[in-house]
Amino acid sequence: MSTPLTPARPARFSLAVRHSNTMLRRNLLHARRYPSLTLNLLLTPIMLLLLFVYIFGDVMSAGIGGGDADRSDYIAYLVPGLLLMTIGSTVIGAAVSVSMDMTEGLIARFRTMAIYRGSVLVGHVFGSVLQVLASLVLVGAIAVAIGFRSTDATALEWLAAFGLLALFTLAFTWIAVGMGMASPNPEAAANMATPLIVLPLISSAFVPLDAIPGWFRPVAEYQPFTPAIETLRGLLLGTEIGNNWWIAVVWCAGLTALGYRWSTALFNRDPK
Amino acid sequence: MTTTTPHSLAIAAKGLRKAYGDKTVLDGIDLAVPAGTVFSLLGPNGAGKTTAVKILSTLITADAGELHVGGHDLATDPQAVRAAIGVTGQFSAVDGLITGEENMLLMADLHLLPRSEGRRTAAELLERFDLVDAAQKPVSTYSGGMKRRLDIAMTLVGGPRIIFLDEPTTGLDPRSRHNMWGIIRELVSGGVTVFLTTQYLEEADELADRIAVLSDGRIAAEGSAEELKRLVPGGHVRLRFADPAAYRSAAVALREVTPLAPGLARAGGTPIDEALSLQIPSDGSQRELRSILDWLDSAGIEADELTVHTPDLDDVFFALTGTADVPDQLRKAVR
Repeated sequence: MSTPLTPARPARFSLAVRHSNTMLRRNLLHARRYPSLTLNLLLTPIMLLLLFVYIFGDVMSAGIGGGDADRSDYIAYLVPGLLLMTIGSTVIGAAVSVSMDMTEGLIARFRTMAIYRGSVLVGHVFGSVLQVLASLVLVGAIAVAIGFRSTDATALEWLAAFGLLALFTLAFTWIAVGMGMASPNPEAAANMATPLIVLPLISSAFVPLDAIPGWFRPVAEYQPFTPAIETLRGLLLGTEIGNNWWIAVVWCAGLTALGYRWSTALFNRDPK
Repeated sequence: MTTTTPHSLAIAAKGLRKAYGDKTVLDGIDLAVPAGTVFSLLGPNGAGKTTAVKILSTLITADAGELHVGGHDLATDPQAVRAAIGVTGQFSAVDGLITGEENMLLMADLHLLPRSEGRRTAAELLERFDLVDAAQKPVSTYSGGMKRRLDIAMTLVGGPRIIFLDEPTTGLDPRSRHNMWGIIRELVSGGVTVFLTTQYLEEADELADRIAVLSDGRIAAEGSAEELKRLVPGGHVRLRFADPAAYRSAAVALREVTPLAPGLARAGGTPIDEALSLQIPSDGSQRELRSILDWLDSAGIEADELTVHTPDLDDVFFALTGTADVPDQLRKAVR
């Protein structure tokens, strides 16, 4: 046969973009019609924010800044961690919706169509990233409403903060998508993704690292949430960042690569 | 084997094998489906029909076999195969969370149709499949028959030349089933090749140009419905009499003369009382008919009506798939 069977590379790339974009619109349509899943997941970080500020605020503030901190200082301390926790809890929606999708005959249809194979997962990932970013805006707005203020962040620092949140979201969404692919049903996917809510609880989100028992501190210090939280604090509140920023970036890059390889390997397997 | 190349056939499979662990599902089957025809894979539950469709439609990979669909090699160029086919699987492949129209537009977008053309195609197909009233409702509210129709409508969006239908009428009521048959006939008249699996013998008989009976992962028999029916015994010639006296004498003559008549010697004529008719086993061939007629003449029997009955596909199915002793009730249900 003289004509090439596969189109040239740029054409293939633009096809991949168009197909992924169609899948993204499908996922956003789902999110718009059935927002309850994301909204339910958002309840956890919002409740924790209000709980720790208004119920435990006075006690918690005694544990930071050497004793002379008040509740507003604790709000400032808490919000960066809560923003990252928002990511950890809302990406669970991606695990659940991917798993739900995989049990449907529609995915079999997609697999037998001449479309870019990765578009199904890419659509889920970007759909989820947009939902998580919207959730971050909502949680951020609540934080500002109850008194959170950045101290001296420049425009560049705000941009870096936003970039960090976006990277972190992308990384954990791919991991969540992998969990959704690996689970036989949506319930199992939700269970498998539970550590994504638990991890921020054992980080420096609520209490400083030196308040955590020594034997556990290495885990708390080097798990992905702590370096990201410390970097975000540094960017928004001017605290010491140190080597946290690159540890956070390496975590994000590593988790993105891992989640991507894991999800696509599972997707390319013969379906049952 | 014929000398047809894979290109002149819409679907060609040689030595198709698939096993899950040590359970062999397809044990080296050969299929050849000429373009523009309806091919039906018939078999009981668990025979491997769905596995065959999944492999030929690129959903899963075969363990072995030389497989071509639409002239493209399944192993080396599955994407070209996908561009030629449309698949409606056994479980509805629709998005229940969005509306029927949105489902159709999703397909149009994936086939890269321009916006206006996509809308027009979606509207035409919704109309053709009687889904206009439901187009704006979420698909999760559709009945089984509506979901099936939407499913096929979605399959047709890209104008595929080869369509796989895996048990398209399972679970449909009789009216919906007949509508589905009409749809399939319409597709074929447009030159589309249809690969159909079914457990309904009547359906294969109605629609298919060629039928392969799949049993335990092997093709037990293949041919047109007529050819298959001739494979099994059970055919007979029926003589009906208006006059009870003529009937009685014929019945007596039949019993007496039976051993002498070559065509009757094997099975023995079985007179039956019902409606004054007599039944003589026969494969329906010209030679046997002539010998029966000769014998009737020489015995002076004159029937008012003579009909030749060939076995129907039920007989074929039960004979070939080794389930001959299923209760009558089930046979009726299958019909």
